[in-house]
Amino acid sequence: MNAVWPIATVVVKELYRRKDFYVLFVLTALITLLMGSVTFFHDDRIARYLKELCLLLIWVSTLVIAITATARQLPAEREQRTILPLLAKPVSRGEVVVGKFLGCWLACGVALVVFYLFFGVVSATREHAWPLTNYFQALWLQWCMLAIVVAMSLAGSLVFAAPSSNATIVFLVASAILLVGRHLNTVALTLPEPAQTLVYALYFALPHLELFDLRDLLVHDWAPIAWWAWAAATLYALAYTWVFLLVAWLSFRRRPLV
Amino acid sequence: MPSPYLVLVFLLTVCVSLATWLQPHYLAWGGSRTGDGGLLATLLGESRRLFAAQFFFKADAYFHSGFYPTIFDNQIVEKELHMSEESEAARTPRPPEAEARTTQWSPGEDYGFLGSPKDWLDRFSRNFFPSRHTHLEQKSEAREILPWLRLSTWLDPHRVESYTVAAFWLRTRLGRPELAAQLLHEGWRANPDSYEILLALGRIDEENRHDPVRAHNLYALALRKWHRQQDGNAEPDLYTYRELLGHLVLVDEKQGDWAEAVQYLTLLKKISPNPAAIQRQIDEARAKLTPAPGPAPGPP
Repeated sequence: MNAVWPIATVVVKELYRRKDFYVLFVLTALITLLMGSVTFFHDDRIARYLKELCLLLIWVSTLVIAITATARQLPAEREQRTILPLLAKPVSRGEVVVGKFLGCWLACGVALVVFYLFFGVVSATREHAWPLTNYFQALWLQWCMLAIVVAMSLAGSLVFAAPSSNATIVFLVASAILLVGRHLNTVALTLPEPAQTLVYALYFALPHLELFDLRDLLVHDWAPIAWWAWAAATLYALAYTWVFLLVAWLSFRRRPLV
Repeated sequence: MPSPYLVLVFLLTVCVSLATWLQPHYLAWGGSRTGDGGLLATLLGESRRLFAAQFFFKADAYFHSGFYPTIFDNQIVEKELHMSEESEAARTPRPPEAEARTTQWSPGEDYGFLGSPKDWLDRFSRNFFPSRHTHLEQKSEAREILPWLRLSTWLDPHRVESYTVAAFWLRTRLGRPELAAQLLHEGWRANPDSYEILLALGRIDEENRHDPVRAHNLYALALRKWHRQQDGNAEPDLYTYRELLGHLVLVDEKQGDWAEAVQYLTLLKKISPNPAAIQRQIDEARAKLTPAPGPAPGPP
């Protein structure tokens, strides 16, 4: 696995040389600061609406960064034929998949830290508090969620023809899970058989990305979540990440390179 | 060939003449949006009312610290949102343990609209979002619902409830009755027939400015407007009617106008769920109305 780290560092360097992150960060900062400049009833301590908006922008931005950065990794290597000299070295296809995943995931982590630092500063200017445990839990779980999304995009880049279609499909699937994933069981119970069993099976099979969304708890200043729940969610993310990486590896293993 | 400057001046003259002729037509045209309420109305059209309603519900979600049903959850059919109820009725103190915040599920807990967990994943997922019913209790937290209510008034200036609820929170929790009065005056300009706004303005004069005369005038005007709009309705707004009569009785008592207080109490008795108590109040007021017999004049 010595080859994994050099591949991952190349991916991280590629991300910070591209403009995606900077553009999204500046947009997030601009919109948040613009909304922060609006005062309601001459009260400059109102914070929650601003926190909610900022976190929404962070979620959208990091999802876009993760999906677009990952979706083009393997197709670009094949298109530019750089995959051939890469695999001519003592590097297995599994190491390429893991290296690409690790690079994208680490790059997302760096982006997340910058975004949360900004969020923390904005929040502290209004609330004069640094709930570091809450921030850490929210950041970590969002990073875990991004691990699933990155692995899903990597698997998708070997299944779908073009990076654009892969990115669109993964973005739609992730958004759908985030919006309705939690409610699929409720919907299933209202359906007749066999649709009920099918939808319930889908509910259990889907990676529940909404589990990692602590935005409401953060916005409304709830207490940190229980550490056992945090650890269990981390394991849950790890399991789904490996499932998608396995799918990617199985798909990449016998695929012709050109 | 005439001079190009001359042509230019001629064209400019034609433009100004046309503009002066068209402007009154445009202003009189029914499709003109110049008087509809500015940029938001032009951009969003009628959909702004939907957004205003959405923001009003968002304020209620903030009032519950994020614990709020989605379209998939069991919708508890309530006539009033809790946030509005608090603004209208005297609040019943809740036991402090009911407000203790925890995101961790525990057996025997009140699940509210969520119902009991349907499966292990549902039970587990409740650790990651607000899953306990709480209300904003601290004064400093109450301000958090205000941006959504303000946005609601901007988007739909005819949504009276947004003004009255925002004014209640400004007046009672944040101790800013003057700002509340400003907001209500803005709402009154947009809704000149609203008796609810007049009632809220009257309460500021009565309870914060301690001006019972002005409060009485506002309540009396509100009562006239109430009768104009609600008389003949199959389901009149009796809640506000009761409130208005109750406050009129209070300010009459403060001013010592017992005769008028008896009149309002008589009206209140007809719709009160507890007419016996109102009758006792009427008797007390009548006793004050009749001058007590003075000491017998002594011999000169």
